[in-house]
Amino acid sequence: MRTLEMIFAFSALLVGSVSALGQTPQLGQVLQDREIPFFARYIMPDGAGLPAGSGSATAGRRVWESRCASCHGATGSEGPIMPPVGPTATYAKSAGKYWPYATTLFDYIRRAMPFPSPKSLSDEDVYSVTAFILYRNGLIKENESIDANSLPRLAMPGRDNLTDLWAKQGEKPY
Amino acid sequence: MRQLMTRDNSMSPRGLLSRRGMMRGSLVAAGSTVAASLALVEEAKAEADIPSWLRVPGEPVRSYGQPAETEADVKRAPIQIYKDLAPAYGFSGTPLQKLRGTITPNGLHFEVHHGGRPLLNPVEHRLIIHGLVNRQLKFDVATLERYPMVTGVHFIECAGNSFFNAIFDEPKQLGCDMLHGLVSNSEWTGVPLRILLEEAAIKPDARWVIAIGNDAPNLARSIPIEKAMGDAVLALYQNGERVRPEQGYPMRVVLPGYQGNMNIKWVTSLQVTSRPAYTKDESGEYTDILADGKVLDFAFTMGVKSVITHPSGTMSMSGPGVYEISGLAWSGLGKVARVEVSTDEGNSWSDADLQKPVLDKAMTRFAIEWKWDGKPTTLLSRAHDEAGYVQPTRTAWKKRYAPSNYNHYNAIQAWRISSDGAVTNAHT
Repeated sequence: MRTLEMIFAFSALLVGSVSALGQTPQLGQVLQDREIPFFARYIMPDGAGLPAGSGSATAGRRVWESRCASCHGATGSEGPIMPPVGPTATYAKSAGKYWPYATTLFDYIRRAMPFPSPKSLSDEDVYSVTAFILYRNGLIKENESIDANSLPRLAMPGRDNLTDLWAKQGEKPY
Repeated sequence: MRQLMTRDNSMSPRGLLSRRGMMRGSLVAAGSTVAASLALVEEAKAEADIPSWLRVPGEPVRSYGQPAETEADVKRAPIQIYKDLAPAYGFSGTPLQKLRGTITPNGLHFEVHHGGRPLLNPVEHRLIIHGLVNRQLKFDVATLERYPMVTGVHFIECAGNSFFNAIFDEPKQLGCDMLHGLVSNSEWTGVPLRILLEEAAIKPDARWVIAIGNDAPNLARSIPIEKAMGDAVLALYQNGERVRPEQGYPMRVVLPGYQGNMNIKWVTSLQVTSRPAYTKDESGEYTDILADGKVLDFAFTMGVKSVITHPSGTMSMSGPGVYEISGLAWSGLGKVARVEVSTDEGNSWSDADLQKPVLDKAMTRFAIEWKWDGKPTTLLSRAHDEAGYVQPTRTAWKKRYAPSNYNHYNAIQAWRISSDGAVTNAHT
């Protein structure tokens, strides 16, 4: 099922064949690029989708204290909710050490944080808060600026520890 | 617990009875037991009294039915781990121990919300398809109603279901709703994702579909193209009526057999890509930490599992005698092939009857009659699926994962029965 041949076979059929297209009702309306909201495009590990802007932990600390600290702790490791700085005695999956790609930090903060008012941070603020979390985990310097170019290049400690079970054995459970 | 009387004496050494003999012997006795328990409630009255509801007309028809008022305690078991700090992050478990059959009533389907149930406007809701496609498309609900639909009965189970048993070596004394309730089983009806992706004409390098919800955190998961073009469904209906708000109204993704988190509720975007996005959930919460500290990602399939629901934790036996042991089994790999039951701590096992229909990636009800001799014992159930997988013991499961890991817990559930009839959660 998972062979490349299969994928190419049905993809070629779909792209090339008018009759294959004709089998669907063809009622979907054309979607223009400008109609796609930012949250509908997940930022990929290679940085595709990262917006312009930049930020550092120095700037991020101010945002952190007013928008993030009440749930995640004054410095990011206290919690009570899923502290991103760690790991801690109560939370093994701290985002900074555990998540394999720093792009996910930016994307998730931009779409979902702060929890009571998601999508209320500017892109600059999101870069800054991302930088603060990375700094607190010892991955960048406090005054180091991150942007669309540098964020995907950052080596995250969680990456080498990861096994992709789907790539290894498909649907077979561990 | 329903207690049955029997004339059938064909019993195995451990009290498990043949179901055929049981059914033959118990039909008359079962009826008289029900009558007897009703008589207990009404014992102050003379049997021949005419009850009040027979002296007045009943209630008129109503536009939407509700459960009997006396069934008000049959409800979901909410857990809000962060309480008022993040009330929109929470779970509520299906009360499996108060239900029979296999279909979960819509109001009792389990919930797991990472950012609450959105109060979205279905008229404004769109499903968009973009990325590695030749035709970027958008669909509203009315348009999707014109598409060919398929129907299938499937369980959805949260990857973190049964987390109390996974984490705590001292068993928590809770019922099936709290212990195992983050699994439900529904008839889902909707448009195969394949048809919509075909209409968008995916490009040859399309390997993943990032599904994104229309909820506050826009929850997102990467789905392999093989699944999206396979049995994945854009579900619009749940047990015949529109998908409930708690389950993703007006539309959700259903990926039969895959961990619940991937079955994106309120789905609004399908982003076709060549690589997985490593979304927040597939970077952290829904990964598994193994015993050696390594981390497992993209473990999609929910393994074979079963739980005895009758009797189960927090219940009490009503004295020695004959009972029906009944429970639920399911597997993300296909049909349930076999469920064995032990009433002696696993020293001996007998095959339970599987109630028909036994469906693919769906809940199956199993049952076996048992005569309890009143002595302390432990009940176990062990399911096998058609792919050949068997439920592990808790000890075997724990050996494979880090102590803090709770996803994909499918170990055998043990229910201890004390001499006074109390049923409690136990680890074996």
